[in-house]
Amino acid sequence: MAKKPIGPVRRAFAPWEDGNATPFIEFRNVTKRFGDFTAVDDLSLKIYEREFFALLGGSGCGKTTMMRMLAGFETPNSGEIFLDGQPLRGVPPHRRPVNMMFQSYALFPHMTVEANIAFGLKQEGMARAAITERVAQMLKLVKLEDFARRKPHQLSGGQRQRVALARSLAKKPKVLLLDEPLGALDRKLREETQFELTDLQQDLGMTFVIVTHDQEEAMTMADRIAVMDKGRIIQIASPAEIYELPNSRFVADFIGDINLLECKLTGRNGDSSTLRSEIFDCDIEVAQPVEASVGDTVWFAIRPEKVRIGFDAPATAVNRLAGEVWDIGYLGDVSIYHTHIRDEETIRATVANHSRVVERPMSWEDKVWLSWDRDAGIVLTR
Amino acid sequence: MTAGDSASGAPFGLTAKRTATTGTDIERTVRPRVRRGLGGWLLIAVPYLWLLTFFLAPFFIVFKISLSEVAVAIPPYLPTFDLAAGWDDFVSGITALSIDNYLWLTEDSLYWKSYVSSIVIAATSTLITLIVGYPMAYGMARAPKAWRPTLLMLVILPFWTSFLIRVYAWIGILKTEGLLNQFLLWVGLIDTPLTILNTNVAVYIGIVYSYLPFLVLPLYATLEKLDESLLEAASDLGSPPWRSFWTITVPLSLPGVIAGCFLVFIPAVGEFVIPDLLGGSDTLMIGKTLWTEFFNNRDWPVSSAVAVLLLLILVVPIVLFQNHQQRATEKGR
Repeated sequence: MAKKPIGPVRRAFAPWEDGNATPFIEFRNVTKRFGDFTAVDDLSLKIYEREFFALLGGSGCGKTTMMRMLAGFETPNSGEIFLDGQPLRGVPPHRRPVNMMFQSYALFPHMTVEANIAFGLKQEGMARAAITERVAQMLKLVKLEDFARRKPHQLSGGQRQRVALARSLAKKPKVLLLDEPLGALDRKLREETQFELTDLQQDLGMTFVIVTHDQEEAMTMADRIAVMDKGRIIQIASPAEIYELPNSRFVADFIGDINLLECKLTGRNGDSSTLRSEIFDCDIEVAQPVEASVGDTVWFAIRPEKVRIGFDAPATAVNRLAGEVWDIGYLGDVSIYHTHIRDEETIRATVANHSRVVERPMSWEDKVWLSWDRDAGIVLTR
Repeated sequence: MTAGDSASGAPFGLTAKRTATTGTDIERTVRPRVRRGLGGWLLIAVPYLWLLTFFLAPFFIVFKISLSEVAVAIPPYLPTFDLAAGWDDFVSGITALSIDNYLWLTEDSLYWKSYVSSIVIAATSTLITLIVGYPMAYGMARAPKAWRPTLLMLVILPFWTSFLIRVYAWIGILKTEGLLNQFLLWVGLIDTPLTILNTNVAVYIGIVYSYLPFLVLPLYATLEKLDESLLEAASDLGSPPWRSFWTITVPLSLPGVIAGCFLVFIPAVGEFVIPDLLGGSDTLMIGKTLWTEFFNNRDWPVSSAVAVLLLLILVVPIVLFQNHQQRATEKGR
């Protein structure tokens, strides 16, 4: 949990900030129940054209149901889904201009790679020559020209994944849905594929909606992420905002690693606030106005990499705590120091391993000081 | 696996070296040589001994009878071998054997007509069974999971009654004043009772009814394993449900179709009870011919020749079936 990519640098693309922009996909008060279980709960969402949108959440949070409703495999109990302004209710899956890349890839085992890719084009009634041309184009795109006549069971996992991608792209759909597309790949392959997918999406100019439980995947690829829990969207924002400005403890905790301190709001003065943590026996100053009354319980959240750790008491730091190193997690690129404060509570601080020295200056049971800036953490009210 | 395979596994192969251009490096399977101990040999010997005692030995007895000559004696053929009579007797017995009975089978058109008619009846009934059984198996495989054991049970349930009794029951249904005719008359579909019993139609009905489970069960097993996401993928790619059925479901259920059809066709060719009870005098099936030859004419040698030839005819589909099963197992699905 060390690397926290904020996402590739992109062109200024933020239609969601423009109040007049028309959404390409819109969920309007959509609810979906399976028996007693509410998978999607009165959910509204707007996705814009050419956007790379990620639905992120744990298992059973409703993200896959959202995607299946968009593809037409499930019908909402109430609410309406619009695609390009058209309501989708009653439109069967095979008439929707949406293609999906399945988590299991769902390649047709009795067809060759070629036939798999051509399948959707044949349904359109495309001319034979045009199909051949498009299939060749797709095979080139995913670099599988030499494997055209193989059957899926003769391919490796990575190759199958590329066939699935080529098949879902062949029809040039308005929207491509990706259901945990990289789940079956090993880490190295996954990381490479993530960047290739983003490039592809920008080149083709399609709208991509990806469902994933892997926060790193969502952060690397998506323009915006919707964090879901129990059928509701908790926060929709860009990867950087989700990471730096989570709107709740759930989001803060779900994305990356974070220290959460339960506090009481003790003072509000203009743009800054003061908090009091009884457990840590300390006052915290935050450069952030808090929407709560003095005396309310709030949570102070700070990412481990924003906590400084050192032997000497920092003279200038406003927020500081004395502690003792309890545990060290060496991850190669960074080390995580689990520091006990008042022999009880733990605060985690990560330090980048700049030098190649194996022996670290800080060791177990060393007395250390933790400190952070006034704008390093964030106050959460829920 | 091989170097070519892992190199091409890189996503979209930006850096991939593609060396493998044929499928051979992946498909090749190496059969490990198994070292067997005494226990292993014994284990293998049991089924072979079983086959030798209960299949091969009786077959050779039947084969020997088929080369003998009919005689008014007990048993009703000549020569018979008596181990006590000595070697010379055995040799003269061997020289007395002839293939006359087989030649006779080619001379009398009754026999080859019976064979052809049996195959035609069996093939037609297999086709009808498939047409009836496929929707059944499909419906079962698509039924809610909780229902499936019950539906399976219902398919197997008829086996709890004797086959003979079930075929007899059809007489009661199909005869002129039977249940079916009464019902059709009552509904008003017909004015005069239909003659179904003692015709080939009744034989088809009997075979289809009796062998339906043998087709439904393997087909159900195949259809139930069919990954539903494949159908979703097909519909996602623009294929309406009826077309997905023909392009995805049917090709993927072929192993089940083939297995089921063989399981119906092979026993149906030699069927005796159904044509005897439900068929008419003009229903020609080799099982019936064999019975007549054996019990009415007491011509054991000719009936044995009929049986041996029937076996040879059936060996072809049986070998095909075995091959198919073997391939299906090796494919691992």
